[in-house]
Amino acid sequence: MLSRTAENLYWLARYVERAEYLARTIDATLRVTALPAAYIGKTNEWDSALLTAGVAASFYQAYEEANEHNVVEYLSFAQNNPSSIRNCIEAARLNSRSVRTALTSEMWDTINSAWIELQAVWSKGTSTREDLAKFLRFVQETSLRFDGSAYRTMLRNDAYWFSRMGVHLERADNTARILDVKYHVLLPEEEHVGGPLDFYQWSSILRSVSALTAYHWVYRETLKPWLIADLLILNDTLPRSLASCYGNLVRNLDQIGVAYGRQGPAQRHARGIRNRLEHSNMNDIFQHGVHEFIQEFIADNSRLGEIITKQYLI
Amino acid sequence: MAVAFDEMNIPGGDLRPAYQELARWLKETPPEALEYRRQEAELLFRRIGITFAVYGDSESTERLIPFDVIPRIMSAKEWAVLEKGLKQRVRALNMFLRDIYHGRDILRADIVPADLIFQNPVFRPEMNGQEVPHDVYVHIAGIDIVRVDAEDFIVLEDNARTPSGVSYMLENREIMMRLFPDLFARHRVAPVERYPDELLSALRSVAPQGASGEPTVALLTPGVYNSAYYEHSFLADKLGIELVEGRDLVVKNNEVFMRTTEGLKRVDVIYRRVDDDFLDPLTFRPDSVLGVPGLMSAYAAGNITLANAVGTGIADDKAIYSYMPDIVKFYLGEEPILKNVPTWRCREPKDLAYVLDNLSELVVKEVHGSGGYGMLIGPAATKATIEAFRDKLKREPEGFIAQPTLALSTCPTCTASGLAPRHVDLRPFVLTGSKSTTIVPGGLTRVALKEGSLVVNSSQGGGTKDTWILDE
Repeated sequence: MLSRTAENLYWLARYVERAEYLARTIDATLRVTALPAAYIGKTNEWDSALLTAGVAASFYQAYEEANEHNVVEYLSFAQNNPSSIRNCIEAARLNSRSVRTALTSEMWDTINSAWIELQAVWSKGTSTREDLAKFLRFVQETSLRFDGSAYRTMLRNDAYWFSRMGVHLERADNTARILDVKYHVLLPEEEHVGGPLDFYQWSSILRSVSALTAYHWVYRETLKPWLIADLLILNDTLPRSLASCYGNLVRNLDQIGVAYGRQGPAQRHARGIRNRLEHSNMNDIFQHGVHEFIQEFIADNSRLGEIITKQYLI
Repeated sequence: MAVAFDEMNIPGGDLRPAYQELARWLKETPPEALEYRRQEAELLFRRIGITFAVYGDSESTERLIPFDVIPRIMSAKEWAVLEKGLKQRVRALNMFLRDIYHGRDILRADIVPADLIFQNPVFRPEMNGQEVPHDVYVHIAGIDIVRVDAEDFIVLEDNARTPSGVSYMLENREIMMRLFPDLFARHRVAPVERYPDELLSALRSVAPQGASGEPTVALLTPGVYNSAYYEHSFLADKLGIELVEGRDLVVKNNEVFMRTTEGLKRVDVIYRRVDDDFLDPLTFRPDSVLGVPGLMSAYAAGNITLANAVGTGIADDKAIYSYMPDIVKFYLGEEPILKNVPTWRCREPKDLAYVLDNLSELVVKEVHGSGGYGMLIGPAATKATIEAFRDKLKREPEGFIAQPTLALSTCPTCTASGLAPRHVDLRPFVLTGSKSTTIVPGGLTRVALKEGSLVVNSSQGGGTKDTWILDE
């Protein structure tokens, strides 16, 4: 397939995944900040929402203060934030138009309808909490529909694999970013077991990767920080864990390698990351330093993005 | 201006045979139902994303072309005449182009004035002596046809460069079949859906000699911001070929390749929807980012077929148009089946004098204009506009032609106040391959939605209709 087509499919999937992640982050932050101050401590949750979205620096160039109004606006609708939800959907639509021929009609319809709704209903942003909740649900449903359409209607060929690679690479980045910003509340030595403050922080992390229910199913335990870290990093049954994302990335890259009859640096690099995740346990990671581990992962993950681009997309 | 030919009603109250069943159906169908279907059609178009961009319109970058749900109907007999005439005309266009870029018999015979060719910016000297496979220059032609009475079809314009609109022909039919299955059950409408297959065979048949048995065809688009981008992606999809932009192609050793995830892949035929001027920055406009550097040298080396060929603009130029009846006679020795609109060439002093005296009755067009831009419709224009045009004409007479205001035929059309006659034209698409010329029955009917308006261009408030050719 055309390199440009593969590139568009890959980025299309990334934009949709990113939009959903931003919606979840806002949703989770709204829940936490609705609690009385005694439950969440003095941290500014809106500030950490910006950090997990990776846009804190550009935000503070435009705004003085990270509060609900400003941050929701910036993450959801701001034109001057290249990865606001609005811009993600705009970019996804533009990418879709460029590769109409490589999308199934269901996928196109999902993105096109979302884009139409964005303009028709959400062009002025949201004015009430209720509106905002509706908007966030709309974004999450768009992503679910897109994912479902891709899964159910695409041919299992390189177009599909490039699209899935976009999803998993973006997802791994998002999960890692949450861990990067929140790792301190997961550190065992700062643990105050059962304290309300941590409980709400922890459940907020899980909620933002839609893993709160999953946690209970997997561990049948009250929330424990090291188990949360284990779930998000090493547990490959959780679709948003780093291990699961890398299982999928390696599989997709292998499929492409088989189809093209040749492997390259992307396959090797992805396998390297996956092997490291497979052979780690939480004890080692805590010993080594969660923060260092996550930062290395983020760098490795973005390096894989560059290698894929060089090997296939340009 | 004469009374327009009504395609449905015969003066005196009778219906033309092709429309009888439709009229019965319309009588049975309550207006609300029609309105409901109309809205449904619009929703479908928007969802599918069939939009076009209007240049210079900052308000909305993507617009829908209004779709009228009342079909335009022709009998098989009428179509047979039209089909024959179209094939004749396109054959002549191809022979004319071959001649212009080779022996130039027609210039020596003084049928067409040489300066009209050589001083014309759409004449491409690069094509002199250049061989094209099977001597086909115009693989895809869109010939704009109007009717003024029961007998005659008149060619308003030949489009031999990158004619667009065929996606609307195909989508209009899809949507009509979805919305009005009962109406189709009551007619025998000739299908149009094989167009993509015929286009692909035509394109493959003109592959260069060195191409493999299964030549690789790609559609070259200027990109998502082009007004016809939807059509480009639609066609690439239906043909099962890659939709490429200039940056996806690269020329090496005079061969054209596309950049794929598996490395470079040779391309044999390019169905290009990029104008000559932008095809190759090394040959034409150096500032073009839409083109492929070196494409013209690969073309000259005979390693790539461009469809349509470079330089076909010289055949559909409005200044050449008036010579078409003579061109047909010259190459084919036949009387033209399709008529021309009587045309005054403002470059000729006698004609110019007549035009200046009768501006309020004439349509004056720029020789190099298209899309209905920059034309004067005398009967509808204000005095001031006419005077402004008079100055332009005097300053640069060779830039214009003039024609009588034609009473384009009308078809029943949905309007705010119910069904009413509106003026229509027709663009059939003529495909020429190595062996045959084919036309899918029908074409794109464009309708001027404003009462009394004769401008059917989508950029100026025109809409489209499904076009039915009834089988016997």
